[in-house]
Amino acid sequence: MLADRLVVAALFAGSMVAILVTVGIVLSLVFETFRFLQIVPLSEFLFSLHWSPQTAIRTDQVGASGEFGAVPLITGTLLISAIALAVAAPTGLFCAIYLAEYASSRTRAIIKPTLEVLAGVPTVVYGFFAVLVIAPILRTGGDQIGLSISSESALAAGLVMGIMTIPFVSSTADDALIAVPLSLKEGALALGSTRSEAIRKIVVPAALPGIMGGMLLAASRAIGETMIVVMAAGLAANLSLNPLEAVTTVTVQIVTLLTGDQEFDSAKTLAAFALGLLLFLVTLVLNVIAQHIVKNYREQYD
Amino acid sequence: MNSLTLSSPEQSGLLHLANLNIDFAKRSAAAQTSSISETVAADLNRMEAENLNVWYGQTQALFDISLDIPQNQVTALIGPSGCGKSTFLRCLNRMNDVIESCRIDGMIRFDDADIYGSQVDVVELRARIGMVFQKPNPFPKSIYDNVAYGPRIHGLASNREDLDRIVMESLEQARLFDEVKDRLHAPGTSLSGGQQQRLCIARAIAVKPEVILMDEPCSALDPIATAGIEALIGDLKDAYTIVMVTHSMQQAARVSQKTAYFHMGQLVETGTTEQVFADPVDQRTRDYISGRIG
Amino acid sequence: MTETRNPTLLGRRHRNEKMFRFAGLAAITLAITFLGTLLVSITLSGYSAFQQTRIQLDITLPADPQTAGYQGLVKQALRATFPDVSQRRDKKELYALVSSGAAYEVRQFARANPAKAGTGIEIWLTASDNVDMLIKGKVSVEDEAAVRRLSDRQVSWIEHLTTTNRLEKQFNSNFFSNGDSREPEVSGIAAALAGSFFSLLICLILAFPLGVMAAIYLEEFAPRTWLTSLIEVNINNLAAVPSIVFGLLGLAIFLNFFELPRSAPLVGGMVLALMTMPTIIITGRASLKAVPPSIREAALAIGASKVQSVFHHVLPLAMPGVLTGTIIGMARAIGETAPLLMIGMVAFIVDVPKGILDPATALPVQVFLWADSPERAFEERTAATIIVLLAFLMAMNLVAVILRRKFETRW
Repeated sequence: MLADRLVVAALFAGSMVAILVTVGIVLSLVFETFRFLQIVPLSEFLFSLHWSPQTAIRTDQVGASGEFGAVPLITGTLLISAIALAVAAPTGLFCAIYLAEYASSRTRAIIKPTLEVLAGVPTVVYGFFAVLVIAPILRTGGDQIGLSISSESALAAGLVMGIMTIPFVSSTADDALIAVPLSLKEGALALGSTRSEAIRKIVVPAALPGIMGGMLLAASRAIGETMIVVMAAGLAANLSLNPLEAVTTVTVQIVTLLTGDQEFDSAKTLAAFALGLLLFLVTLVLNVIAQHIVKNYREQYD
Repeated sequence: MNSLTLSSPEQSGLLHLANLNIDFAKRSAAAQTSSISETVAADLNRMEAENLNVWYGQTQALFDISLDIPQNQVTALIGPSGCGKSTFLRCLNRMNDVIESCRIDGMIRFDDADIYGSQVDVVELRARIGMVFQKPNPFPKSIYDNVAYGPRIHGLASNREDLDRIVMESLEQARLFDEVKDRLHAPGTSLSGGQQQRLCIARAIAVKPEVILMDEPCSALDPIATAGIEALIGDLKDAYTIVMVTHSMQQAARVSQKTAYFHMGQLVETGTTEQVFADPVDQRTRDYISGRIG
Repeated sequence: MTETRNPTLLGRRHRNEKMFRFAGLAAITLAITFLGTLLVSITLSGYSAFQQTRIQLDITLPADPQTAGYQGLVKQALRATFPDVSQRRDKKELYALVSSGAAYEVRQFARANPAKAGTGIEIWLTASDNVDMLIKGKVSVEDEAAVRRLSDRQVSWIEHLTTTNRLEKQFNSNFFSNGDSREPEVSGIAAALAGSFFSLLICLILAFPLGVMAAIYLEEFAPRTWLTSLIEVNINNLAAVPSIVFGLLGLAIFLNFFELPRSAPLVGGMVLALMTMPTIIITGRASLKAVPPSIREAALAIGASKVQSVFHHVLPLAMPGVLTGTIIGMARAIGETAPLLMIGMVAFIVDVPKGILDPATALPVQVFLWADSPERAFEERTAATIIVLLAFLMAMNLVAVILRRKFETRW
């Protein structure tokens, strides 16, 4: 039985790696953030409205003040994510409703995997698509109606990110809708509801926890998305909520700060870790809330 | 079925028949006074099925069913499981439309028109032919909202007082009002099984149907709740026409005036309940009633 | 049957029904149109990159293949084709018709064919990217000289070469045999392909055993303690952490703390393994859970130990599902870019990496790098790289689907 004990111990060790990874992520992010906060005060990071990461080359250099205020990055991230959700949420939800409630099983068998393809396309491809096709269309379209749309507009990046997010919303919403017991829908139909009434008044409200959980997960994904925004959004921190302007996001800045040769210890590099910690915490909170909603409100009709 | 252990199937069958006959005797005695109105009502048919055939995909589930549903009576559909009685019931309010692979051939007449005709609005039809399901399925809403759902979507109440009145009357007719009048805003799912089923009946009544279809309404309930529902059904038939699927022959004997015996998708025998139970014509009916099959 | 209680309301309800259903259909159409536009636009941009314009020249190879001076040979051959070119500036334009890598191509040929030393050969050499763009129709003869980056003289020479069958589009083997280059016409994805291969290899070697071990432990052996719940919560959360955070982890710990080489597929593979492991664990657990308890009980009933019952009976039955999950995890890993940027696999790699410690890049990173380049010719190559990447993804997903269909048993 010793061999068995060893085997189980080895298996246990394998599963501890998961914890190790989380510990590693948290430790490395926290550690570097701590060092960052010794250079840049937390109040500046969280509340200052200017982001221009510069580091002094020499300690006595005059005018080398950089400012590390993350607010413009946060607003940029939220703006683009909001646009993405504005595209993905209604589209994904209605796709799911149609697939779950109206489509024949043959239609469903074809359409559902097709939508999954959208989820499988690498994000760098979406970024290229945004630059190659979407941004020029928006630009010329804007010129036609007299609007000046930046070629790195939040709208372009958000639109493409929304397209990428559609299958996440539709997949989780579809699961939630299908999980609603058929007896509830039949009860509504037997009372003389039209299909849309049964769906709107009975099925969707019953599936709401699952649908909302899916939306939160989609939001978390949009916020953490990197390649689409690196390729399609701007680099300059612009504190604006105008979707036609170029903004930058937390993830773009992490990439910008770290690609290129610089010392590991400079404030710029450490700032990237501070941003990384911020990103990790926000997505973690969203994910936990999403799972909590789905789990705790599911039993309502069982 | 019977939990008595007797030495031969014949003996248990005979005992079975004896029990049923006792049930009948009791009922006939109670029904003496109302027998005249029953005879008159029996001449009017609320619905008629004519040569109905139903397929699920390639499998045929019902073969050439022709059955009259008399007005203001309880018609029981009995038979062994899988014989098609639920399928037939679901055809009466076109609930089988929900199933993709289901195909119908034949006619079901309601108000001198085929309910499967192209002019028929299914939504209106189902408001006039209601259904109560085997397992109570209250919506995850309050008791009030459960009952008010139907009237709301069909626009039956012009204001809040109207709606309150409809809800109250429906709950009273379903013999549930007294038990829930203090907690109309509690969720419908917080009630006991029997109460939930009465809630579903109230919900169906609230849209003022003419026919109520019941698919084994008591099979998920305990005996006390079952008795309550059966008594309720006895009252309801005065205002509504009721068609009930049941797997319990005793229940059919207790509750119904007309009985139809289904066997493997065919309508084997039909007649007044007394007739079918006391003196079945077809051998298959005999076998089922005596407990030899089923 | 025609009497209705509330006809106007009924009419409105049916209209709402139609609109609602239409909205659902419209959403699906929209999503599919997006997908179609994406795929079509990239295919249209990229298919032309699989061909490369080449120019045929007559060259006399030197007697000793090891000498230098191939550049001069190429120039000589061009002058021989157009003898009336005399002005220095015109000569410069003439030489610009072929790629700057053309001399290298002659040299490679000479060294590979020593028997032909000293003889005259006809050899197809890569044309420059400006010529390539004109031939492919990406710029037009009607465009201004500045836009098409070719002078009128150069255009006339090109026409002459075309009519004398010395200029044509051929299969772009450079794309698959060369690494990255400043010159688009001789750039290729060989280095990126090798880098992706090595990274995925490391990822598979690390993630698969660890993931399967963790899945087996959690599903079959783990007691219901707080530690187990903690591990489970951890895994679910890790599956949803943005990929760039894994890159930061790799940077801080693998590069900075362990001082592993930057840009190496080893580090890339390790970071990808950390990302892929949660997926393998979650799908692995689902596959193990799907095996009915009766299998385990039967094994135990004949005296097998718990470990034996799991490894000899349950795991083989769950394997198809586990493999499917692994393939899907790998498919996601092959397209990941952000974490690789963080650990430095974003350099300009010309030489094809030969091992897991050589500096490398990966396919998606190559897309990212070329997408930024100003030369028009890189645009089609970026799209072509995407086509190659998507082809790999399609193949992997197809294998997963076939695996699932073939081995999926319904219990």
